Amino acid sequence: MNKRTFEIYRYDPDADAKPYMKTYEVELDGSERMLLDVLMKLKKQDDSISFRRSCREGVCGSDAMNINGKNGLACLTNMLTLPNKITLRPLPGLPVVRDLIVDMSQFFKQYHSIKPYIVNDTVPPEKERLQSQQDRDELNGLYECILCACCSTSCPSFWWNPDKFVGPAGLLAAYRFVADSRDHDTDQRLDNLEDPYRLFRCHTIMNCVDVCPKGLNPTRAIGKLKEMLVKRAA
Amino acid sequence: MGLTVHKYDAVVIGAGGAGMRCALQLARAGLRVAVLSKVFPTRSHTVAAQGGIGASLGNMDEDNWHYHFYDTVKGSDWLGDQDAIEYMCREAPKVVYELEHMGMPFDRNPDGTIYQRPFGGHSAKYGEKPVPRACAAADRTGHAMLHTLYQQNVKSKTTFFVEWMALDIIRDADGDAVGVTALEMETGDVAIFHAKCVLFATGGAGRIFAASTNAFINTGDGLGMAARAGIPLEDMEFWQFHPTGVYNAGVLLTEGCRGEGAILRNKDGERFMERYAPKLKDLAPRDFISRCMDQEIKEGRGCGPNGDYIALDLTHLGAETIMKRLPSVHEIGKNFANVDVIKESIPVVPTIHYQMGGIPTNIHGQVVVPKDGNPNSVVNGLYAIGECSCVSVHGANRLGTNSLLDLLVFGRAAGNHLVDTALASRAFKPLPANAGDYSLARIDKLDSSSGGEYPQDVANDLRKSMQLHAGVFRTQKTMDEGVVQVLAIAQRAENLSLKDKSKVFNTARIEALEVANLMESAKATMVSAAARHESRGAHSVDDYSDSAEFPLGRNDKQWMKHTLWYSEGNRLDYKPVNLKPLTVDSIPPVKRTF
Repeated sequence: MNKRTFEIYRYDPDADAKPYMKTYEVELDGSERMLLDVLMKLKKQDDSISFRRSCREGVCGSDAMNINGKNGLACLTNMLTLPNKITLRPLPGLPVVRDLIVDMSQFFKQYHSIKPYIVNDTVPPEKERLQSQQDRDELNGLYECILCACCSTSCPSFWWNPDKFVGPAGLLAAYRFVADSRDHDTDQRLDNLEDPYRLFRCHTIMNCVDVCPKGLNPTRAIGKLKEMLVKRAA
Repeated sequence: MGLTVHKYDAVVIGAGGAGMRCALQLARAGLRVAVLSKVFPTRSHTVAAQGGIGASLGNMDEDNWHYHFYDTVKGSDWLGDQDAIEYMCREAPKVVYELEHMGMPFDRNPDGTIYQRPFGGHSAKYGEKPVPRACAAADRTGHAMLHTLYQQNVKSKTTFFVEWMALDIIRDADGDAVGVTALEMETGDVAIFHAKCVLFATGGAGRIFAASTNAFINTGDGLGMAARAGIPLEDMEFWQFHPTGVYNAGVLLTEGCRGEGAILRNKDGERFMERYAPKLKDLAPRDFISRCMDQEIKEGRGCGPNGDYIALDLTHLGAETIMKRLPSVHEIGKNFANVDVIKESIPVVPTIHYQMGGIPTNIHGQVVVPKDGNPNSVVNGLYAIGECSCVSVHGANRLGTNSLLDLLVFGRAAGNHLVDTALASRAFKPLPANAGDYSLARIDKLDSSSGGEYPQDVANDLRKSMQLHAGVFRTQKTMDEGVVQVLAIAQRAENLSLKDKSKVFNTARIEALEVANLMESAKATMVSAAARHESRGAHSVDDYSDSAEFPLGRNDKQWMKHTLWYSEGNRLDYKPVNLKPLTVDSIPPVKRTF
């Protein structure tokens, strides 16, 4: 045996009145290691199945989707970890453009809202700014985010308030800059988050940690930010 | 013509490292710049670069740009243009420091300076010993760099057109570039971008091969557009095989593994590179190592039940070094080879990785073509940088870390040139009356198609053929056969058919449009390769190797020249290599040993 059954969410606003689930049977020949390999094979059967993909090694963040109820990257999901029946849906909580392709505008808007760039208005030296190894280590687990949106779209707080709650990916990025010894904008960054929604809608449900394909921990970063705000108020 | 027309001072095609470094320069100067990208900027293939950025900072051992210059000329097997190489190596420290100031999370030394690791072909004192020159952020340097550049563009309010695929260059009656046509993927609509200058930063065409480290998006779109617009492609026969692609998966394992001390072993456990390259050993340049690996496999010393791979051994590095310096390699081993690289060696094979050739340019990024006896006549308004271009700093073989460097140096240089000269003096030239017609006709043909072949079937046949006929070791016979086959496959690509005719995010249509670009890139490669009757750098032909006739391995007398391939008429031309650096003495050609 190596037949798998796929249930895939299909919706083409050009042709379909509403979304529907379509069943596909696919015969595996053993050469398909990852879910993405099988999706490419399915696309040969039906060229209208639409999904994003690029690097196929888990670093570009294109092929995030909901796989049997859990968000993940198709290119890092080993077929051996999946049951015979596989259900694929678009990332939850974002508008669907077509099939497994979602409109990520809201997600990126929140990322942009935290000023995702270093702020340091001192005149740079002729060479590099020095940073101790210890200070540099503070960035580990923060800078590696690939903006795939698996985390934010698995977060109930983000589902409820995608326009007001920054979401785990954006907050991880916010802390990445706060934690950078070269950044001089901590106060303004904290001001920007001091609000009932932007940061404090995180109720440490930790779905983000559970799904992150890079093994990152946004909840921990969010905790640090909350702690800093509390300390600042005291 | 009825198409929407967007008007910008400059339009940049591609949002990888080169495109975003250039856009940053333009946006900071206050120009109206549009950056078009098939994917969200941080998904561009620069993100997958692992090892480092080459620059002679000398943070960890004595180094200077003269050594870097020498290594790069020698690495290029004397096909690189020495003016461009000097410019790149001299600018290197500056662009790395700038990137650090932008917030790039480089690894650090105990004194707080940027961490550097040794890399293939990079040496101190003109080939004497390896030198740490690769400025690294763990083994995620490309990711860290691409995100940093995106962040700076957010800060500078660059206008991005995300998920727009450029289709064709618009040239006016004078031959000047005045814009491009592009397809908005979400709506399926075609629009015109009218600009004073058009800059290509579209990356390579690594997907013309079956086994490639490259992302699916690397389909040579800029090359296709240039070829269709009558611009020749330079040195396309030179394709780099990276020595360490994961066996059966194609995914890259950085040369940084060997920079950190990993060793290539054959089935006897022998560190065979000691035999071939007594000085640099496992850190010889990539073309050289890939050939040695293939030689080992050919002579029956490959590993595994079929003797068809080489073992990359990191086990002696220890868990701490691996998890600190090479965490992604550890991840890739687990995900794509079921191997824990801390405990066991990982199977690797030379795998297509990088395109040395591309759209011919000068050191300002301006596209240059032969005209009226001048081999490097500027095409007004048209620029190309990064992997899609050929400036030529990599010549016949690129050194590791020089690609990220290339993006930064020439992204910045082209940006500055556009700001200082081109845009200041150039007004908008009018669009030709038929500006969008050619692209619309191409789309219409696909939309009304029926009964033709499925694009990916044709593309897969192309990839198989390229793999077979333009591999690590080439022969005149296989290349000649390859030309015939590839031209035949390109004919089939004229008659593709889509079942999916939807307007909305039609990925089948995108793939079909990409196939047209793959075909131009593949034809250029195969035809240029078959015509070059010598071995040089990555172009290694059994018929012309190591005989008394070619004591340097190359045939400098007849073949120290750049190839130019024209799509129209499938025609070849040549132009001289620039052996004259900007300020220093030329590096005279010698036999490459390591």
